[in-house]
Amino acid sequence: MRTIRSRLIAIGGLLALAVWQLIPTDVTQRVRDATTGRMKDTTIRRVPINLGLDLQGGIHLALEVDQSKGPVPDCADAIQRAEKVVRTRIDEFGTSEPVVQIQGRCRLIVELAGEKDPARAKGIIQRTAFLEFRITDMKNLFRDALPEIDKALQRAGVRASGQGAAAASVTQLFGTDTGKAKGKPAKGKAAAKDTTDLNAPGPLSSLLFQGQVNGEYLVPEEQVPVAESLLARPDVQRLIPRGLELKLGTEVLSRAGRSYRTLYAVEDRPIITGEYLQDAKATRDPLTNQSVVNFVLSRRGGRIFERETGRHVQDYMAIILDGRVQGQPPVIKSQIGQRGQIELGAKPLQDAQDLALVLKAGALPAPLTIIEERTIGPSLGQDSIRDGIHAGIVGVALVVLIMVVYYRLSGVLAVAALALYVVFTLAGLAGFGFTLTLPGLAGLVLSVGIAVDANVLIFERIREELQHGKLVRTAVDEGFKHAMSAIIDSNVSTALTAFILYLVGTGPVQGFAITLIIGIAASMITAIFVVRTFYMIWLDRRPDMATLSV
Amino acid sequence: MIRLFANANYDFIKWRRWAYGLTAAIIIPGFALFLVRGLNYSIEFTGGTLIQVQTAEPVGPDRIRSALDAAGIRDAEIQQFGAANEYVIRARLGRADAAVEGSTETTAAAVDSALARTLGPAPEHYKILRTEAVGPKVGRELQGKAFLAIFFSFIVTLVYLAVRFEWRFGLAAVLATFHDILTTIAFIRYLDLEVSLVVVGAVLTMVGYSLNDTIIIFDRVRENLRKFRRQNLYEILNLSINETLPRSVLTHGTTMATTVALVLLAGEVLRPFALVMTFAIFTGTFSSIYIAAPLLMYIEKRWPGEDARGARALRPPGSVPLNPPPPSGSPEVRSKAAV
Repeated sequence: MRTIRSRLIAIGGLLALAVWQLIPTDVTQRVRDATTGRMKDTTIRRVPINLGLDLQGGIHLALEVDQSKGPVPDCADAIQRAEKVVRTRIDEFGTSEPVVQIQGRCRLIVELAGEKDPARAKGIIQRTAFLEFRITDMKNLFRDALPEIDKALQRAGVRASGQGAAAASVTQLFGTDTGKAKGKPAKGKAAAKDTTDLNAPGPLSSLLFQGQVNGEYLVPEEQVPVAESLLARPDVQRLIPRGLELKLGTEVLSRAGRSYRTLYAVEDRPIITGEYLQDAKATRDPLTNQSVVNFVLSRRGGRIFERETGRHVQDYMAIILDGRVQGQPPVIKSQIGQRGQIELGAKPLQDAQDLALVLKAGALPAPLTIIEERTIGPSLGQDSIRDGIHAGIVGVALVVLIMVVYYRLSGVLAVAALALYVVFTLAGLAGFGFTLTLPGLAGLVLSVGIAVDANVLIFERIREELQHGKLVRTAVDEGFKHAMSAIIDSNVSTALTAFILYLVGTGPVQGFAITLIIGIAASMITAIFVVRTFYMIWLDRRPDMATLSV
Repeated sequence: MIRLFANANYDFIKWRRWAYGLTAAIIIPGFALFLVRGLNYSIEFTGGTLIQVQTAEPVGPDRIRSALDAAGIRDAEIQQFGAANEYVIRARLGRADAAVEGSTETTAAAVDSALARTLGPAPEHYKILRTEAVGPKVGRELQGKAFLAIFFSFIVTLVYLAVRFEWRFGLAAVLATFHDILTTIAFIRYLDLEVSLVVVGAVLTMVGYSLNDTIIIFDRVRENLRKFRRQNLYEILNLSINETLPRSVLTHGTTMATTVALVLLAGEVLRPFALVMTFAIFTGTFSSIYIAAPLLMYIEKRWPGEDARGARALRPPGSVPLNPPPPSGSPEVRSKAAV
């Protein structure tokens, strides 16, 4: 009795875990804002199973560094630069969960689910990267112009959406923050100024919080689209001080459990552009144990940079790649010529490597050629899902029919276990974050047919034992015992081939292999453990059972 | 209670020569055809462009061909795909343009504009449901990978079976599976199915399924060899096949039910996969009985096992066991030493 109870608890636990994986949860998705046409984050409720591109429609691109105009010496480096560039442009894709990843050594995979316009997507990816250095708004001209902008917006009927409470908590937060940043030598003189007037409820200023650097502002992550759309208004554009532009940063800062994006007011004229940059390397200074990025400019670039940095000592220099400010703007400590160094302080070397990659991406653009392109229309994906589900229902119904007709009550037990099997398999896909593809869907249907094999083996064995004149209880025990080696050997060998398929396959085929492997694992659990438990309960209720319905 | 083939006592092994003949009759013409005409590889393997379009009305493949001809796109295959108003256009890369990377996606754009000129503007008159443009490099890589996958799956299962059973069993199982791959290639050739990566996936799944089936029988052979010390291998193989026959029929039935459902209902994209899988289940079951078991007998005869299993196979049924034969290999060692 104890064992039955503990088995039931184990099954109940597994089932609860599986169902918990499949409960619709809030998933963050980027969607196109209807009013502004920009991308924003929203959360939607859905069952957390990822659908492959072949099921939801979208674009799959494989890119390689173009070597047709001469060999590229280090293609791994080139593809890393390209990845960095494509990532900074990720917002421009009209898609919910873009995938950008390096495959192998020198191949870039971009997957854009739901994207319909391949030409546009390719244009965004293959555009040459543009790197520039610009001085931030050192005189806080933008901040001084904020009241005017707020007034103009209020006149136009725009209401403030920022809440006083949230603003207060941020101001408080800044107290600790300034303390942390004391190590910075040329800290903006204005940063210490009162921030209260900034947080006054104006339509725009209520969204902005003063950052650590002159011209740096923080925008609550969820308010970024609002701020962007306000800044894009022509009446606001007119009031932005002459010679200044606003650029969003790539960094997301976390303060008191809320995340903020950086927004920079920068000069509209770059002091230098990426075309003069020759190389950049990240190292860790062994003496000070600081991460640094060393960069080298061309001779002409060195002259320009020398002149410009001479005029801007103690100013902050924003590094802008494709219109996005990368990381925190460093301060210019002294006049810099052909060779410069950006110190990142105690930040990890990884950050320095990222920055070096940014500089190189602008300096040595990596031309990409498309070696593989797949576009699947959303309607085709829906048709595939519908057909797949129809086939699945019919296939499973047939399996159920065969099992119940042939094995009667034992068949019903197997079918009950089969229901658990389907839940476990889907939960496995959701829980491990694997993607369900069209071949995967086929694999799922197929594995239902294969899953009952273990039960067939066991039931046949029980029938044989009964035929040899064994008692019901012994026949069940012996049946499970003797069928075990065959079940394990056959399942392991199938799993091995599926695993190899996973290793060599790509995209949809990997989805198939994964579904098959999870299916095999789930079928072992249900066919052996769950059905055994059902039998135990059954025999426990009817200890004097003389014949078994099998 | 329904019982199929309970207490069956068929002499399966006796029919092995007929089975060989049948399987040769499938494989040889299929393979001849395969050698002459090759397989219908999908553009994933050859490189090229595939476009699936849905037209507002069923225009017929000829209309699409003339549209493409007018735009100077030749050598494209046009095929009706599922519904009457859906077509697949395939332009495979020839050897001549295989050197140019990235040319495949321009073909897709060219086909699009050619259709727009003949059929009318895009969303109203026709819709592009799917495009695939694969460069020659990716295609070549995939070919290599597919062969690698099949090769490695053989090695891995051989090792696994050698560990779990014995190398003789493993060899027989792998050879039977190899036979299944041959018949499946012949099957693909007969139906002229398109070999995509998913179909290769089906072949690999078949490898797993067929091995699975063979293992079930071999597991029973292993057990019966221990249980019936006096029977010879011929009898034990027959007994084991007969004992597992109900299971073979049942599992065959359930898996077949799902694959047939896939063939009929799962749509055009999955159909080649489902067809190959359906055939694979058939050939996997067939080879486990008629190929793997007789092969095991042959291997045991040729290289007798140390525990006298091979010796038993050599004796006529019912005879008294003799002393085990001297360990093989020792005469060779001596002759080597003499040289």
